[in-house]
Amino acid sequence: MREITYRQALNEALAEELERDPNVFLMGEEVAEYHGAYKVSQGLLERFGPKRVVDTPISENGFAGLGVGAAMVGLRPIIEFMTLSFSLVAFDQVVNNAPNMFMMSGGQFNIPITFRGPNGPAHQLGATHSHATESLYANAPGLKVCTPATPRDAKGLLKTAVRDDNPVLVLEAELLYSSKGMVEPPDAEVLIPLGQADVKREGSDVSIICYAQTVPLAIAVAAQLEEEDISAEIVDLRSIKPLDEATIFNSVSKTHRAVIVEQDRPFCGVGAEVCYRIQKNIFDQLDAPIMRVSQEDVPMPYNERLEKFVLPNADKLMAAVKKVCYA
Amino acid sequence: MQRAEQRDEVEMLALMLLIRRFEERASQQYQAQKIGGFCHLYIGQEAVVVGAVAAVRDDDYIITAYRDHGHALARGTSPNACMAELFGKATGCCQGLGGSMHFFDKKNHMYGGHAIVGAHVPLAAGMAFASKYREEDRVTICFFGDGAINQGSFHEALNLIALYKLPVVLICENNLFAMGTSVKRSTSLKQIVDRAEGYDIPGDIVDGMNFREVRDKLSEIVTSIRKDPHPAFVEIRTYRYRGHSMSDPASYRTKDELEKYRLDDPIIRLRAQLTREGKLTNEQFDALDKKAKETALAAVKFAESSPELPVEKVYDYAYLNGPMEPGRPRPADLEQKRREGAPAPKAQS
Repeated sequence: MREITYRQALNEALAEELERDPNVFLMGEEVAEYHGAYKVSQGLLERFGPKRVVDTPISENGFAGLGVGAAMVGLRPIIEFMTLSFSLVAFDQVVNNAPNMFMMSGGQFNIPITFRGPNGPAHQLGATHSHATESLYANAPGLKVCTPATPRDAKGLLKTAVRDDNPVLVLEAELLYSSKGMVEPPDAEVLIPLGQADVKREGSDVSIICYAQTVPLAIAVAAQLEEEDISAEIVDLRSIKPLDEATIFNSVSKTHRAVIVEQDRPFCGVGAEVCYRIQKNIFDQLDAPIMRVSQEDVPMPYNERLEKFVLPNADKLMAAVKKVCYA
Repeated sequence: MQRAEQRDEVEMLALMLLIRRFEERASQQYQAQKIGGFCHLYIGQEAVVVGAVAAVRDDDYIITAYRDHGHALARGTSPNACMAELFGKATGCCQGLGGSMHFFDKKNHMYGGHAIVGAHVPLAAGMAFASKYREEDRVTICFFGDGAINQGSFHEALNLIALYKLPVVLICENNLFAMGTSVKRSTSLKQIVDRAEGYDIPGDIVDGMNFREVRDKLSEIVTSIRKDPHPAFVEIRTYRYRGHSMSDPASYRTKDELEKYRLDDPIIRLRAQLTREGKLTNEQFDALDKKAKETALAAVKFAESSPELPVEKVYDYAYLNGPMEPGRPRPADLEQKRREGAPAPKAQS
């Protein structure tokens, strides 16, 4: 194991999959000559050439659709959105073409495509550039959605996504690109199955269910809670769809209390779905109502103080945990 | 040499007749409520797709919009499978899961059947991108209507196709109306082909009521693309005799206009050409037409007597290689277990 950044882990995943399968190509804005807006594709043009690492004009709908068409005839495109906020321009291709083709064609055309890029609110980018898109995409049957929070998860989930025969969105955490973590050496194949949550910290009093940018937040809060004699277990969903119910249920059956903390907005969000499934399946295990911590239900303001107010934060999470623990 | 051409043209006339008679039957069955959803008929436009099919190889990629019955039939999808698809039956070309607007036939290189206007033009770019990526000499033929040319996806795709020099023939089937809105009311251009100029793509205008003109122009274009991959744009001027869909009485146009085009019917025209040249007798034509009618009727009978997919099969077409969630049994596995007599495990949702 060695310590690398989240960005470097993604870069390794891309390079390894491009190397492994000649049908894989990477396409998007600034991915080649500029090395990626966030430098995730650094060095790939030099290594794989312009046929496999392809710059596009600013035409998200166009190149996302190009990827879907290429996937229909057997290529395995990796389509990078400079941010998932821009994928909204390509919503029709991602939601109406990629996942529907298999059903509409009676099983003749599966679409092995990966859509990826930074997702979720970053820092003072204003309303148009701060979208967390997981609940939008998880709502469409036929799509798979994963949200890695660590370098190792980022590498393993991206590699698995590229090999999946269905459309997969890898929603990278914009604020975590420079974060570091331990990952196996490059010659060891890291593959993390979609649909497996990961217990990032064991605990006995409360389950904090989180993903992507809220994982480091939950870890920090768990350390604070420890000082107050509250033992929090941290369940990192890693995949939103498929959703690992078993790991969630096991954790909540042990702690009997749950707080869901998500980077997304609250209405019809991931937390709502998780909450529904817990109460439906293990209602008797609960000692307190489930709490959710998410964004406030407003477009993201630019002002730093207001943005902080809108986002989930340590104070809100602490308060929610104490409420379910009646502490 | 001449014999082959002669045979081909008679075959192509038979194909146009098949499409016409198939659609007349589909119209009748729709009115009898055997066919659900929307149903857009191609009657009047047959020479466009048949002319195109006559000009390309069987392994070239074909993709179109929602007025797609003719494209599948021309490509070789069986009339039975097409009619069964309209009836929503398991024997349909998409097992009854796509319907009228979503005909796919992978074996015959028919890539849909796409019902969001303009959204398939980027897909055509991707198919052609793949051909170029693999260094194949395949050509992608992308059909769309005059309504698509004002959609953003169309413009983004044309720029990408031109920028990457992709082997695509963009065929605008200009039937003068996007649903009920005439081209004059929807498009700022004097002629649609000028869209191509904006992307530095060579463009042509072809009379879509004349099979030979369509075939000959597309042959010339496809030959040129095979030598050196590049895009081309063809505005094919045609006319649909029926409304936009079955529910449209087409009151936005005059009877005189419709009659004018009916007199220029592509089937009558090719028949006259062949008869004049001594390649087709009236008896031969009548036999072709009789056969087309019989085939269409047989397709209805086939569709009527075909089974539907069992409801639990829907879960098998959300993802390839399910199950979707770990630990959750696939519905097909549950069915298997039930057949084996074991009690079905309780699925969580």
